[in-house]
Amino acid sequence: MSDAPTKNRPDTAALKVIGTRPVRPDGVDKVTGRAAYGADFRAPGMLTGRVKRSPHAHARIVSIDTRKARALAGVKAIVTAADFPDLASQEYEAGESASNLRDLAMNVMARNKVLYQGHPVAAVAAVSASIAEAAVALIEVTYETLPHVIDVEAAMAPDAPLLHSHLFTEGVSPRPASPSNIAKRHLFVRGDVDAALAAAEVVIDRRYTTQAVHQGYIEPHACVAEMAADGQCQVWSSSQGQFMVRTYCAKVLGIEISDIRVTPAEIGGGFGGKTTVYLEPLALALSRQSGAPVKMVMTREEVFTATGPTSGSVMHVRLGATREGRITAADVELKFQAGAFPGSPAGAASMTAIACYDVADFRVVGWDVVTNSPKVAAYRAPGAPIAAFAVESAIEELAQQLGLDPIAIRRLNGVRDGMKAAYGPTFENIGFMETLDAIESHPHYKAPLGPNQGRGVAVGFWFNIGGESSAAVHLSEDGGAVVATGSPDIGGSRASMAMMAAEVLGLPVERVRPIVADTASIGFTGLTGGSRTTFATGMAVVQAAEKVIEELKRRAALIWDVPVETVTWEAGAAIGPLDPKGGARRLDLDTLAAQSGRTGGPISAEVSLNAQGAGPGFGAHICDVEVDPETGQVTVLRYTAAQDVGRAIHPSYVEGQVQGGVAQGVGWALNEEYVFDVDGRMENAGFLDYRVPVASDLPMIDAVLVEVPNPRHPFGAKGVGEVPIVPPLAAVANAVRAATGVRLDDLPLSPPKIRAALQKG
Amino acid sequence: MADLDYVAPASVAGAIEALAGGGAKVLAGGTDLLVQMRAGRVKPQRIVDLKRIPGLIGVRQENGGFVIGASTSGAELGEHAALIHAWPGVVEAVQLIGSTQVQGRASIGGNLCNASPAADSVPALVAARAICVVVGGQGRRELPVEAVVTAPGATVLAPDEFLLEIRLPPRAARASDAYLRQIPRTEMDIAVVGAGVSLTLDAAGVCSEAHVALGAVAPTVLLVEAAGAALIGTTLDDAALDALAQAAEAACRPISDKRGTAEYRTRIAGVLARRAAAIAYRRASERT
Repeated sequence: MSDAPTKNRPDTAALKVIGTRPVRPDGVDKVTGRAAYGADFRAPGMLTGRVKRSPHAHARIVSIDTRKARALAGVKAIVTAADFPDLASQEYEAGESASNLRDLAMNVMARNKVLYQGHPVAAVAAVSASIAEAAVALIEVTYETLPHVIDVEAAMAPDAPLLHSHLFTEGVSPRPASPSNIAKRHLFVRGDVDAALAAAEVVIDRRYTTQAVHQGYIEPHACVAEMAADGQCQVWSSSQGQFMVRTYCAKVLGIEISDIRVTPAEIGGGFGGKTTVYLEPLALALSRQSGAPVKMVMTREEVFTATGPTSGSVMHVRLGATREGRITAADVELKFQAGAFPGSPAGAASMTAIACYDVADFRVVGWDVVTNSPKVAAYRAPGAPIAAFAVESAIEELAQQLGLDPIAIRRLNGVRDGMKAAYGPTFENIGFMETLDAIESHPHYKAPLGPNQGRGVAVGFWFNIGGESSAAVHLSEDGGAVVATGSPDIGGSRASMAMMAAEVLGLPVERVRPIVADTASIGFTGLTGGSRTTFATGMAVVQAAEKVIEELKRRAALIWDVPVETVTWEAGAAIGPLDPKGGARRLDLDTLAAQSGRTGGPISAEVSLNAQGAGPGFGAHICDVEVDPETGQVTVLRYTAAQDVGRAIHPSYVEGQVQGGVAQGVGWALNEEYVFDVDGRMENAGFLDYRVPVASDLPMIDAVLVEVPNPRHPFGAKGVGEVPIVPPLAAVANAVRAATGVRLDDLPLSPPKIRAALQKG
Repeated sequence: MADLDYVAPASVAGAIEALAGGGAKVLAGGTDLLVQMRAGRVKPQRIVDLKRIPGLIGVRQENGGFVIGASTSGAELGEHAALIHAWPGVVEAVQLIGSTQVQGRASIGGNLCNASPAADSVPALVAARAICVVVGGQGRRELPVEAVVTAPGATVLAPDEFLLEIRLPPRAARASDAYLRQIPRTEMDIAVVGAGVSLTLDAAGVCSEAHVALGAVAPTVLLVEAAGAALIGTTLDDAALDALAQAAEAACRPISDKRGTAEYRTRIAGVLARRAAAIAYRRASERT
């Protein structure tokens, strides 16, 4: 850990567990293969479900004939859109992104039109996978194919093929007279950017493009679902939120939320992509029809063609600055693919685009544009890496033009406490300057470079959120504890929950077992997203543990027959006033737990809250690359990522989050992209040709943890999971520019593209 | 539902008989076949596993050369010191296929008979002038490696024929080979271009024999005779390497696809041929 300057740091001297690196509670299960992921669950008598998907990017469904499939022996259920209610348009808030329930339902099962290759048109349940697959092949769908559009600017054109006749651009006035593919305009303005640009001594004006990329989680979507004859439902699935699955299933099927119980499986990666449902409502509908549990597991091809990804984009950045490098104007336009339904992260991208900088006059416009590609899902700091690629590339160019050091220009313009963020609030307790200090003083920044090598710097911001969480702490009769929360663990949250409870209770962390509870066993908890869990659910855990201590003090007071106010809790034991003979009174947690049956019964506490005051996060990265001038191949030689994490509860996990975000960002920068053929079909729907980095593609990523505590969290924690994917796209691109002297503004920086650019000079 | 039959004959004759019924696919490591079956691209009625046939797995030295059983895995070849010494390029090409786990299964014969123009081991084998021994109902025949594959996914093998072994010729004192491929990652990928070069030097270090083969730049792996000829009589000076690269590029007939443009493939063929030749030359020079 770095010893970067901190402020408002709570007294850390007394902490025994927070900041240590205990063995992770989920570790043994994961390395031995015992962990039960979504596809590992089996129910007696269960059927296998399969999905019939559109082969077309855009088509009208003329008819669906399921008769031959139904006649096949072993087929137990077939559902189409006719088996689901036709929902009215209704926005629903879930974590950091809102969903329109009607769109969600139409994404789960196409109604009237298919909007992308892979869009479900029917689902089958049968007694075996091979019969289900044969039945899918026997379903006859007649399509009237329609012209399709995937490129975001082509989709915005007035004569573009129209996906939704009811879609009128929001956020512009007057309301457009005719529908278009432009779902929404996001607009953030301060001052007069045109005047500020006209007056600027230096102007950078550049266009950037990126392609759609997938979250690339290893575990495909999987579930088992069952609807009993009385309408009571059970779902076992891997997701980022069992309560999210419960709500969405209820809405898509038109049933009561309280009739569904969802049990979360171990999750094999989500990165935002498992914040929605695809299979669960289909499996429930198939179970309703067949009367048996139905298991559904996607293939990798289905994952690529019908889930995720995040937006491809076209961006235009104009920066105005003084000759000294003070940025006076920022005009940013972001055009984002939403996929088949509105809801690209153009809004979040607009809010984060210049969040790191104090700019007097700016205009940020974000366009949310529907396209004939899979509906985008959240992906780790949704939208922010895309916008940061453009803005951080432009800042780099500005620094070069002015002969400024890349860290110096960011320090000159960077936000500090008390400044009003471009997206509204006033920053407090932020650690941006401290992260810049951390990379500047890191030996990496001054290390020599060889031929064809270059160094890039970029920074990034993410809001981090709080929100609704529930946690329970149950003492066992031997004085150990179980911590149950409603937050699926996608990044080490079980470890941090156990550690925070252990810290409060004064227990060794090994005596606190953390679990993720099902929707019937814990209070409502928002999904794991927005880097909220250690902050918000952690707050609930701490408060529940504190309630347990209050109860333990009450029990001790009862045993001693003294007023409870005279009892304190120190180092895992109740301390009372001296006894009449002058002896010390001390009852440790084990003793109090063992006696709980005689002092009022089991000791446990549950807390539900809506956490406010999450601290925003900042990261500053340095990347070194070497470019092979003959092949265009980029090798990432060295990578250092400093990040303000508030307080690292379990530093190894926090470092892992930083490294994981960088790895995904490097993949995005170098090779990952959706490739579509002329008919709008994805050409690389597999990990062979959709190239995430393999281990040997990456150097050891040096994660430097900067700790500027968040005073709103009991231990100072800030969200950490999303910030680290924000800077790498630009850090890599800036390094490639430094190595080659050639500007490349179109991601990914794949070898053919780099070679072609080098040949052009 | 269609049934799938699996047989693992213990003799060549048994395998030929099992294949003769039609609708059969040969299984060695299965790293291509099983993936294709799961994707629905092939639907065999019968799988004939060759690995129990004596000699199908293993390397033996014969008349100064090497005989490699068609089902021999990359992992096994990677541990054969004499083979690595004589044919480092062939072994490094085989070892580029897939992951460590795949190396334990994927076979050198399967890599050839899968008939991909991008198969990594094939340019190295072609440059090595390897001979394939094929057996079938009509008996046994021998043919050069480059004659086995006729088009992507297609070979000259009859339905009842299979590849028995691959024979590498005896090696001169100062001879070596090398294989390089271009992929956007460092491993776990399919060659955008592959180049195999095999060289023999005389006592003065002058190239007396040279063979150059290119992968993924045409429907099948190319033996580029003009590229080899450009090196003969030289010490692989810049002019010779330029001529080699030009000849390699001139031979390319690539497609543009998701893995690379035709233009990129053509240029990279020249780059890789040049680099592979330099490595083979250095290796041969280090022999005494």
